[in-house]
Amino acid sequence: MGLSGLQIYKLLPKTNCKECGYPTCLAFGMKLAAKQAELSACPYVSDEAKQALEAAAAPPIRLVTVGSGDKKVEVGNETVLFRHEKTFFHQPGLFVRLKDTMPLAEFEAAVEQVSGYKVERVGIELWVDGIAVENASGDGANFAKYVAAARSKADRPLVLIASEPASMASALEQTDGSAPLIYAAAADNWEAMADLAAKHHAPLAVRTDGDLSALAELTEQIKDAGIEDIVLDPGLRDLKGSLAAQTQLRRLALKSNFRPLGYPIVAFPGEGVDSREEEAIQAAQHIAKYAGIVILDHFDPATVYPLLTLRLNIFTDPQKPIQVSPGLYEISNPQTDSPLLVTTNFSLTYFSVAGEVEGSGKPTWLLVCDSEGMSVLTGWAAGKFDAEKIAKSVQQFGVPSKVSHKKIVIPGLVSTISGELEEELPGWEILVGPREAIHIPAYLRTWE
Amino acid sequence: MPVTVQLPKEKWTGTVREVTLGAAAAEGGTRKKIVTVGGESTLPFLTFEGEIPNRPLVALEIQDRYPDDWSDLLKHVWGETMQDAAVWAQKAEEYDADLIALKLQSAHPEGDNTDAAQAAKTTKSVLAATGLPLIVYGPGQAEKDNEVLVAVAEAAEGDRIALGNCEDKNYRTIVAAALAHGHLVVAKSPIDVNLAKQLNILISDMRLDLDRILMDPTTGSLGYGLEYTYSVMERLRVAALTGDSMTQQPMICTVGEEAWRSKESKVNEGVPEAWGDWDQRSINWEVLTATTLIEAGADIVVLRHPESVKLVKKAISGLMAA
Ligand code: B12
Ligand code: SF4
Repeated sequence: MGLSGLQIYKLLPKTNCKECGYPTCLAFGMKLAAKQAELSACPYVSDEAKQALEAAAAPPIRLVTVGSGDKKVEVGNETVLFRHEKTFFHQPGLFVRLKDTMPLAEFEAAVEQVSGYKVERVGIELWVDGIAVENASGDGANFAKYVAAARSKADRPLVLIASEPASMASALEQTDGSAPLIYAAAADNWEAMADLAAKHHAPLAVRTDGDLSALAELTEQIKDAGIEDIVLDPGLRDLKGSLAAQTQLRRLALKSNFRPLGYPIVAFPGEGVDSREEEAIQAAQHIAKYAGIVILDHFDPATVYPLLTLRLNIFTDPQKPIQVSPGLYEISNPQTDSPLLVTTNFSLTYFSVAGEVEGSGKPTWLLVCDSEGMSVLTGWAAGKFDAEKIAKSVQQFGVPSKVSHKKIVIPGLVSTISGELEEELPGWEILVGPREAIHIPAYLRTWE
Repeated sequence: MPVTVQLPKEKWTGTVREVTLGAAAAEGGTRKKIVTVGGESTLPFLTFEGEIPNRPLVALEIQDRYPDDWSDLLKHVWGETMQDAAVWAQKAEEYDADLIALKLQSAHPEGDNTDAAQAAKTTKSVLAATGLPLIVYGPGQAEKDNEVLVAVAEAAEGDRIALGNCEDKNYRTIVAAALAHGHLVVAKSPIDVNLAKQLNILISDMRLDLDRILMDPTTGSLGYGLEYTYSVMERLRVAALTGDSMTQQPMICTVGEEAWRSKESKVNEGVPEAWGDWDQRSINWEVLTATTLIEAGADIVVLRHPESVKLVKKAISGLMAA
C-alpha cells in the first residue's frame, strides 16, 4: 500500500531547492503519492529514503516467477480477497510431483506425459505448468540425475523438493539458471537453502507446520539474508485448515499490509487425502482460495481437465466475459448454398457451436452477432441478441453477398423470436435449430 | 527476533437464517429425519471468527418419469430404479442423501402433461418410501408449476417440504400454497444480488416467514458460468453477514442438473482424449462444481450421481471438522 504525501515528505531532503520542478519538497511528495511524479526527479534523495519509498510502493503480495522462458509461471501480486471486487490476476501454476525413487524410464515417460498434455477450451490452450521432482531417495547424486532428466525431457518450470541442502545443491547444478522453485527452507536448514537460492537466483519456498508467526519469523530472516522471491507453505493439509490459513495469509497481506507474509502460497492437495478425487477437491479449493502454486500427486486428465477449467473460470475478469469478434465465420469452406447458422459472440457459446459444426464436417456459415459477450438466453434477456440485432448483423456482415439462399437457423433456445425475425428479414425463412449444440451435427445432416 | 502475527478477524454483524426442512410425527409430519440449514455467522468454514452451526447438505434429484435425456452414465448407475419415483427415492436414501429433490418432469405440457392428481399421488408415494425431508419442483412451466404444486402442497400437509421454484414472474400461487399447508419455498433468481433480494421481499410481503425461504441464485456449472454463480453467492453471503436482512436466506444450488448438461458429462464420442475417462471426468465435474459452490456459501447442493454424494459429503465433513 502506498504512502501518503506527508509520509513521503518526511523522507525527502526538506530543502525546497525546487530542482525537481516543484516549489517545495512537500508538493513533490504529494505528486509522488498521487503517482504523478517520479522519485528520480529529485537528485538529493538519500539511498535510505529511496529504499523505504520503493518498499512502500511494492505490491502487498510479491510477484514471484518460477522457471524461465515462455512457459515460466508468475504468481502473486493479487489485490483482492474476492474476485468480484476487481479480478484475480495471476492464476496458480499447476505442477505434478514425481519422485526420484521411480525407475528412471518411468519417470521420464511421466515427465513427457505431463509436459505433453494440452487441452483446448473456448479457444484457449490449457496445460499443466511444470514438474515437481522430489528427493525421496535422500541421495543427492540420484536427485541430480532425475532433475537433469526432467530438464532434458521437458522445457518446463521445475520445483525441487528436498530437505537436505546438499541434495538441493547438487540438483541445482543441473538447472542452468532456469530458476526452479526451491522447496523448502525450514527452521533447521534455512541458511543453507537461502545461500543456494541466492547463488542460483531461484525463488525459495519457506515452510512451517501451521504456525504463521513462525513462518513470518523465518521469512524475515531469509529476507535479511537477501532473498526476496519467497513462496509460503503454511503447512496445513486438511480442507478446513488450509482454507483458514490461506485466507489469513491473503488478509494479512492485503488488509494488514503485513510484509513478512506478503508472498504467494504453495499447496500440496494430495498430502492429506485418500484418493485422487479428494485431491482434486482440495486442489479446487486452493485454486479458488489463494494458492499460487498447486502441486498435484496424481496426473490424470479426468481430474486435470476439470481443474484447468475451474482455474480458467475463477481467473476470468468478472467485468469482461471472454469473447470472440462478431462476423460471418466460414467453417469447412462453405459455398453459397451452404447452411447459415446464427449465434452470439460469447466465447463459450461460439466455441460450443463452432466445435460441433466443425465436427459434423458440413460446410457452414456461422453468423456471430455482437451480443457483448453474452450467451444466447442471457443476450436475449438483456436485449443484446434479439431479432433486430440478428437482422442488423445479416446486413452488417454482408451475408446476402455470400449466401445465395434466404434461410437462417436460430438457436432452439430462442425459438420465440422467429416471428419477429421474419418481420425484420422480409423474404427470409427462419428455421429453429436444436436447443443444444451437441445436436447440431444431426440437424445439419437433415439439411439439403 | 520473534514475530507475532495478529490474525485479522472480521466482525460480522449479520447471521444467515436457519431453515428447517421436514417435520416428525410430534410436529404433525411423517419424516424420520429433520434437517436444519443456515445459521452461519461467518464466511464458509472460517470458524475462527464466527459460527457454522449446521453442515451443508446434499440432496439427490429424482424424477417422476424415466429421464430419457439424462447422461447414459446416470442411467447406468441408477438402472431400473428410475422407472418409479418411490423406488428411486428409497435408493437415494440408501446412497446417503440428506434430502430428496423430486422433479415433477412428467407434468410438462410439452411432455406427458400429467395432471395435478398424478403429482399428488407421486408425492405421497415418495413420502411413504423415504423418511427424508423433501423438496418438490414443478416441471418449470409457470402455469403447470402452479397447478401441480398446489396439489403437492396439500398432499404433503404437515411434512414441511420445500416447493420450487418461485420466480419473479411466478411466485404468488406457490407461496400461497406453502402458507396454507405449512411448507417452505425455493426462491430462484438469475445470478443477481438485487433480484434475489427483491424476490425475497415479494415473498415475505405475502407473509411467508423468512425462515421458510431458501434461495436459489441459479447455478452455472464448471465451465458453463460457474464463475458468475460463485461470485454472486460470495456477494450475497458477504451482504448477509454485514446485516442486509433480505440476503440472509440459506442458498440451494441445482448442481447436478447443470453439471450433467455439460458436453463433458453427456457424451464421450468424438471428444478429445485430453478430457480423460468419461465416468471419472463427469463425476469430477459435478463434485468440483458442488464443492466450489459450497465454499462460496451453498447450504444445499442437489446432485445426481451417488458417487458424487459420497465425495461431496466427505469434503463437507473435512470442512466442518472441529
Ligand atoms: C452465466 C449466466 C449469466 C451471466 C452472463 C454470462 C454471459 N456471458 O452470457 C450473468 C450473471 C452476467 C447473467 C446475467 C443475466 N441473466 Co443470465 N444466466 C447465466 C446462466 C447461468 C448460464 C448461461 C450460459 O453461459 N450458458 C452456456 C452457453 C454456452 O449457452 P448458450 O449460449 O445458450 O449456447 C448453447 C445453446 O444455446 C446452443 N446454441 C448456441 N448458439 C446456437 C446457434 C444455433 C444455430 C443452434 C442450433 C444452437 C446454438 O449451443 C450452446 C451449447 O449447447 C443461465 C442459466 C443456465 N444455467 O443456463 C442464466 C440465464 C440465461 N440468465 C437469465 C437472465 C434473466 C439474466 C439477466 C436478464 C438477469 C438480470 N436482470 O440481471 C441478466 C442479463 C444480462 C444483463 N442485463 O446484464 C435467464 C434467461 C431467462 C430467459 N429464458 O429469458 C437464465 C436462463 C437464468 C434463468 N433461468 O432465469 N447471466
Ligand atoms: S528536488 Fe528534492 S530536495 Fe529539491 S525540492 Fe524537490 S524534493 Fe525537495
